[in-house]
Amino acid sequence: MADLSIEFAGIKSPNPFWLASAPPTDKAYNVERAFEAGWGGVVWKTLGEDPAAVNVSSRYSAIYDHNGEVSGFNNIELITDRSLEINLKEIEAVKKAWPDRALVVSLMVPCEEESWKKIVKLVEQTGADGLELNFGCPHGMPERGMGAAVGQVPEYVEMVTRWCKTYSKLPVIVKLTPNITDIRFSARAAKRGGADAVSAINTINSITGIDLDKMSARPMVDGKSTHGGYCGPAVKPIALNMVAEIARDTETMGLPISGIGGISNWRDAAEFISLGSGSVQVCTAAMIYGFRIVTEMQQGLSNWMDSKGYKKISDFQGLAVPNTTDWKYLNMNYKVVADIDDDKCIGCGRCYIACEDTSHQAIDRKVREDGSVAFEVIEDKCVGCNLCQITCPVDSCIKMEQKDADKPYMNWTQDPRNPYKDAS
Amino acid sequence: MVMSMEQPQGYSQQQLALDQMFKDINPALSARQAGIESSRCYYCYDAPCVTACPSKINIPSFIASIHADDLTGAAKTIYSENILGGSCARVCPTEILCEQACVRNKEQEKAPVKIGLLQRHATDNAKFVGHPFKRADATCKTIAVVGAGPAGLSCAHRLALLGNEVEIFEAAEKPGGLNEYGIAKYKLTDNFAQKEVEFILGIGGITLHTNKALGKDISLSQLKEQFDAVFLAIGLQDVHSLMLVNEAHPQILNAVDYIKELRQASDISELDVPKDSAVVIGAGNTAIDMACQLKRLGTEEVTLVYRRGSEHMSATEHEQQIAKDHEVRIKTWARPEHINLKDDGSLKSLTFRKTYTEDGQLKDSEDSFEINCSAVFKAVGQKFAYPKAEQLIPTVSNGKIATFGQQVTSIDGVYAGGDCTGEGQDLTVEAVQQGKLAALAIHHQLNQEA
Repeated sequence: MADLSIEFAGIKSPNPFWLASAPPTDKAYNVERAFEAGWGGVVWKTLGEDPAAVNVSSRYSAIYDHNGEVSGFNNIELITDRSLEINLKEIEAVKKAWPDRALVVSLMVPCEEESWKKIVKLVEQTGADGLELNFGCPHGMPERGMGAAVGQVPEYVEMVTRWCKTYSKLPVIVKLTPNITDIRFSARAAKRGGADAVSAINTINSITGIDLDKMSARPMVDGKSTHGGYCGPAVKPIALNMVAEIARDTETMGLPISGIGGISNWRDAAEFISLGSGSVQVCTAAMIYGFRIVTEMQQGLSNWMDSKGYKKISDFQGLAVPNTTDWKYLNMNYKVVADIDDDKCIGCGRCYIACEDTSHQAIDRKVREDGSVAFEVIEDKCVGCNLCQITCPVDSCIKMEQKDADKPYMNWTQDPRNPYKDAS
Repeated sequence: MVMSMEQPQGYSQQQLALDQMFKDINPALSARQAGIESSRCYYCYDAPCVTACPSKINIPSFIASIHADDLTGAAKTIYSENILGGSCARVCPTEILCEQACVRNKEQEKAPVKIGLLQRHATDNAKFVGHPFKRADATCKTIAVVGAGPAGLSCAHRLALLGNEVEIFEAAEKPGGLNEYGIAKYKLTDNFAQKEVEFILGIGGITLHTNKALGKDISLSQLKEQFDAVFLAIGLQDVHSLMLVNEAHPQILNAVDYIKELRQASDISELDVPKDSAVVIGAGNTAIDMACQLKRLGTEEVTLVYRRGSEHMSATEHEQQIAKDHEVRIKTWARPEHINLKDDGSLKSLTFRKTYTEDGQLKDSEDSFEINCSAVFKAVGQKFAYPKAEQLIPTVSNGKIATFGQQVTSIDGVYAGGDCTGEGQDLTVEAVQQGKLAALAIHHQLNQEA
């Protein structure tokens, strides 16, 4: 059985599954239930200065997949709306009761040195394992000069990180906002400020949909709405990319990353870890299904690791990073062509019409004598784009087969067709 | 559907109670179920379900509309090809038509999209403002349609849509044909047939005359004279017989007559229901409908007997399963030989001769058996019978009105469709299609002449 325990930026945790800073970690009651369920750690919902924030009603909205399951989630909730004193007391008590679990505290105070100095000291006294600086919250707080308003300015990220590192001995994790053009700039700033780690991503500015009867976005507060923070399975591709960008950037390479964004099961977690994450944070999945999902997450990750012969998390952590590269280094001589398995084909014609209307007219439609149809790839026209495979509803009916396997590796910088070859 | 959900006049509390006894065998999908089911459709290109649908409804399109929460659009897509889409959704043997062709049968899943139920969901829940279709400019042509069954109604609606004036002549008291009189009560509940007729006539330009029978109240030559064209959709009027001694006995009944009586009954006490045991002879949907309805009415033992094997039955496997679910005993490979009466003249039993096939020929074996019963229902097929009094008779071939492409008969200006013709398998959806095609042919013909 694989060993799931980790040490992330000096913080020990029996498994890599942490609950992200959010409603599930807002108070002792929830956090204790989470630990009972088996979560390796939590990032306590963001503390701020008193008086505590005040929330509106309602706060969440969602988009759904074809089966009515939540695929994207949106919230307009602020940081904790409970007093600093109560939160600190509870953090201290919970950490005492659960010494083996990771307890990181998320923080957000105004961009003033004194404010940060004061709060990191208070948190340190609780016995918490680390700090996470919330530079990501996209709604409500930026209007007050906090959250994403800080995270979007690399100089502020660096400055606040440095304050925290100056006034606290605790590991500092900087939570990055995805509402930027290039995540590497804020990640580099965090590193320059002395961050022990970054966590990514926070939620994305979003409007999940419009109620066409009331002509207002959701969630609705007395008929009006505002943009919220997007999360859930739908944001995973964006999050994975940002994690990969940080993992392979020469300046931030090796900086521990806590992966966040749409992680719903062990496979999602494994993907984030393969792109360099040392721990993963989960929120939406727990909010939809409850804390019990960590059971299947641990079990699934462990079984998969056993099947691959990985004994500990670090055995496969970051293995996909070297295979994530810039477009210009992709092999121009690599060619795949679609192949349709006639025995598996059910004749839905989706590959055909997709290719015919929107791609390269590389599929031939033949009507057999009995009136049924057969689809065949015209190899010469196929560019190996994958569209037919994506549209095909049958498992492994369309395979992409490698052609010209004997040609050597040649990337765009070496390609004679590249007019800027010498410059690249 | 665009019709008031109020019960039409004359629909009594007793009728409602009877309807309750014959609750829908295939309940409607909930909105949630329809949403999930609609997401299963692959939106095939050149979809096989459309090819398999006799009325050529654009099935992937209407399912996509359901999925996009546009039930009105979905229903309009259905109605544009099949104005009886509501009843077809209920009575179509989808298991041998669209759903059999569904590509999801083929993969590991082996479960077709529930097209019939989705069609019903759309037609039941659409919200049109007025009738979904607007009539074209008046052509000043008038067409007579004989028979207000699915073929006649479909033809009339399409003709009216194209701007023609239509008069329908129906022999029975109510329009609807098979949907009103011949389909098992549990398949078309809540007076559906009449609501549907109301909806169809809602397009305007159609005058309905009931209690007007061909060969009695009207004649074809008369109609030919008065109208620009005539469409015959007179269905099947006669039933086959067993050719046995004592067949005229009052306890030997025609299933179609009994089903009609049951469908029209407003009170269960009006029906003569065999208590202990009944035998149904036949292998088609009428036989299944009859047997199952007897079970629902309380007949203790119902035995359905067919002279060949279950694989030869014209009732689909799905229909046979419905019979099994109703605890109907199905006996195959036996043909009725004697009708046995008691001393007091009442029905005692039926003697059956066991059968087998040799080189495809049905043969009698030496064994026979007897089933005691208090009633026998014959469901051995209906046949075409043109009114005897009629002078003008279209060519009949293989016992039905011959059509020569585009629903044309041997008589100039006279078209025919539905069960009275030799086309297809006598399915409602085929009748609808033939009515539609006839309307297009008639319209084309009349306007070409003009």
